[in-house]
Amino acid sequence: MSLKIIVLAKQVPDTRNVGKDAMKEDGTINRAALPAIFNPEDLNALEQALRLKDAYPGTTVTLLTMGPGRAAEIIREGLYRGADGGYLLTDRAFAGADTLATSYALATAIKKIGDYDIIIGGRQAIDGDTAQVGPQVAEKLGLTQVTYAEEILNVDEKNRSITVKRHIDGGVETVEGPLPIVITVNGSAAPCRPRNAKLVMKYKRALGAQEKAPAPACHPEGVSALPYPELYEKRPYLNIPEWSVADVNGDLTQCGLSGSPTKVKAIQNIVFQAKESKTLTGSDKDVEDLIVELLANHTIG
Amino acid sequence: MANYYTDIPELKYHLNNPMMERICELKERNYRDKEEFDYAPQDYADAMDSFDKVLEITGEITGEIIAPNAEGVDEEGPHYADGRVEYASGTKQNLDAMVKAGLNGMTMPRRFGGLNFPITPYTMCAEIVAAADAGFGNIWSLQDCIETLYEFGNEDQHSRFIPRICAGETMSMDLTEPDAGSDLQSVMLKATFDEKENCWRLNGVKRFITNGDADLHLVLARSEEGTKDGRGLSMFIYDKKQGGVDVRRIENKLGIHGSPTCELVYKNAKAELCGDRKLGLIKYVMALMNGARLGIAAQSVGLSQAAYNEGLAYAKERKQFGKAIIDFPAVYDMLSIMKAKLDAGRALLYQTSRYVDIYKALDDIARERKLTPEERQEQKKYAKLADSFTPLAKGMNSEYANQNAYDCIQIHGGSGFMLEYACQRIYRDARITSIYEGTTQLQTVAAIRYVTNGSYLATIREFETIPCSAEMEPLKARLVEMANKLEACMNKVKEAQNQELLDFVARRLYEMAADCVMAHLLIQDATKAPEMFAKSAIVYLNHVNAEIEKHSSFILKFNTNELVSYKQ
Repeated sequence: MSLKIIVLAKQVPDTRNVGKDAMKEDGTINRAALPAIFNPEDLNALEQALRLKDAYPGTTVTLLTMGPGRAAEIIREGLYRGADGGYLLTDRAFAGADTLATSYALATAIKKIGDYDIIIGGRQAIDGDTAQVGPQVAEKLGLTQVTYAEEILNVDEKNRSITVKRHIDGGVETVEGPLPIVITVNGSAAPCRPRNAKLVMKYKRALGAQEKAPAPACHPEGVSALPYPELYEKRPYLNIPEWSVADVNGDLTQCGLSGSPTKVKAIQNIVFQAKESKTLTGSDKDVEDLIVELLANHTIG
Repeated sequence: MANYYTDIPELKYHLNNPMMERICELKERNYRDKEEFDYAPQDYADAMDSFDKVLEITGEITGEIIAPNAEGVDEEGPHYADGRVEYASGTKQNLDAMVKAGLNGMTMPRRFGGLNFPITPYTMCAEIVAAADAGFGNIWSLQDCIETLYEFGNEDQHSRFIPRICAGETMSMDLTEPDAGSDLQSVMLKATFDEKENCWRLNGVKRFITNGDADLHLVLARSEEGTKDGRGLSMFIYDKKQGGVDVRRIENKLGIHGSPTCELVYKNAKAELCGDRKLGLIKYVMALMNGARLGIAAQSVGLSQAAYNEGLAYAKERKQFGKAIIDFPAVYDMLSIMKAKLDAGRALLYQTSRYVDIYKALDDIARERKLTPEERQEQKKYAKLADSFTPLAKGMNSEYANQNAYDCIQIHGGSGFMLEYACQRIYRDARITSIYEGTTQLQTVAAIRYVTNGSYLATIREFETIPCSAEMEPLKARLVEMANKLEACMNKVKEAQNQELLDFVARRLYEMAADCVMAHLLIQDATKAPEMFAKSAIVYLNHVNAEIEKHSSFILKFNTNELVSYKQ
């Protein structure tokens, strides 16, 4: 049995190690100060897809991501680990999308891809933390969904069904669903495998159209010539496909900012003013007091 | 550390050495693989970029998987059951990650599934891995045994075995026996030819075999009945799939707990000959050990780096008498010399690995076509340099690893004696490096002829002609004086024409030569990258200057009649 798997992945600012320049004056994320990374739970999802590929030869894993030209990095990271290809949804009209507009764009692209058995992504992205995109994609495609997945236990070819272990409050449960299906993966699932040396060497020059375009003359580092330009004709897999709204037959009004009903009411910029530290002795009383205090603050418990 | 490669910029500095251009050109045969293999480099710049990226993968796996597992692996160790070894759970994870990343059979040609990497970037990977878990370093680094099978095995053996190693199967080199440790000539494991099955059969016991339950073993055994010395030994390939070798026990060791050290019992085990009969020890094991010694040098540098990192972090953080202890001269003195030994030892390691790369690549080309006279000359030059530098790199770096681990604990004070801190593991793990693959005393034996025949001195004199920065000029002038002292000591010992005296002071002569070589390499590095190496060059030169005074005073004042007072 071979499966056709689409992995939804997002390039996000690394909000896990936030420094003092993480936010701009207006309270929005300062993307320049935070490195762009592969959304962690999307890596867990990619690993589940790659495990299915290992188990069922002939399976293909295709990444789908939406973002600016540099988000092609997400596709490359997938290729380095064993994915077969990917698409970058990129268009100014996609910009400013909330979860509704994002899931619309992704669902439209998935319809364009057409042939799929499993659509799998991380539970949520660390920049927005909404966990809405995966479920909305399922609804828009009219598919069953399994959320909080920790492990795909089995795929039954005859019945076209899949068995998934999912993380729930206080334990796990095992559920079964029909293919095609949408699955969102929890961070407690297996970590993603490392990049593979041969694949890195094979795909390190894979670029999207925007990355291939020479930098404008005003660019501080000057006009950069594309190294080894002849390779892109000889090796088609080095060209990462980019799709615009028109390419996926999208409705402009449902894309990007215009397709996003979410309105930000207020943004608060919270800065810790004091750097408090406490010195505790090893006495039982000090330790006890600390536990009581942490419980009272809901830091633990 | 997040990434054990990118966090140590010295590694990239050594990777970018200009000699790499020649190495890549030879190893890649002018980049002929690029049409056939999608992961082969287009040119030199592309090859270097690939090394950099693969080192980054190694550094990431080391930082994210191997390092966090190290403490658990040290505690758990491998398990023994029914004649087999099961790795510690962390070791399994480590190996799985390295195999999935495609980091096995790195130096093998692409037609067998290898990466066709030179020894130098491979050795860097070995150093990186060992910095986090020296024991796991053994299991992973034993892949370089495949070099020997590639060099001396036949094509049929190449096609059957090399792809398996590239796919992640592990290796061992089964040399030592209960009565054959340093003295491998007395190996007794018996190899007999089975006419009926047309194969060799191995019977006997091997002891202290690192990763002894490996998939593929290179075995030294006595194929010539009635012989007693090295000329009766041949090398065999034993495939675990054939069966016949069981693990009797796993040794309980002071350190490198993750690496299973086994006693093996061969019961009529089916094996095949590698290369020609009778050349097992004198040719193949010598090649095997030279590769392994470079590996231990890399492991030692990794441990030195780990010791320095732990010592530095603790000294910055620990406050006594109202300030961080790193601000006390007694402490920064220790740290600076640790760093200097680390930088000097690493410079020697990669200088050696580059020599090895050039001659091995030329050796390999010689299997395809006749070398030109210039190439033959080049091959000879670098083979000789590699042979003379390998015992220096192994011996000195393993001693430095031990010294650095000792100082690392010293910086930690009482805390360093507690098992909670990593420094005690580094200290225990480092201890074996100056013992296995030939003790430091045996490295001296291997190196002393290059002292007496003037090879080291010639290299040192050649280094003296390399221009250096104005800042390094005074150091170089002192270094010339140091080399003169080495020469004077050498002449005194040679004139005495007393083998026992030579053997007795050999270690001192060996260290004097090594000190001069490393000081020169550091001066060259500090000339190219002063921000990275100038401090170490100064600190190291002060250190070895005093060392050389000490040794030369000993040797020049030594009266041969006093030898008797040393005999216990």
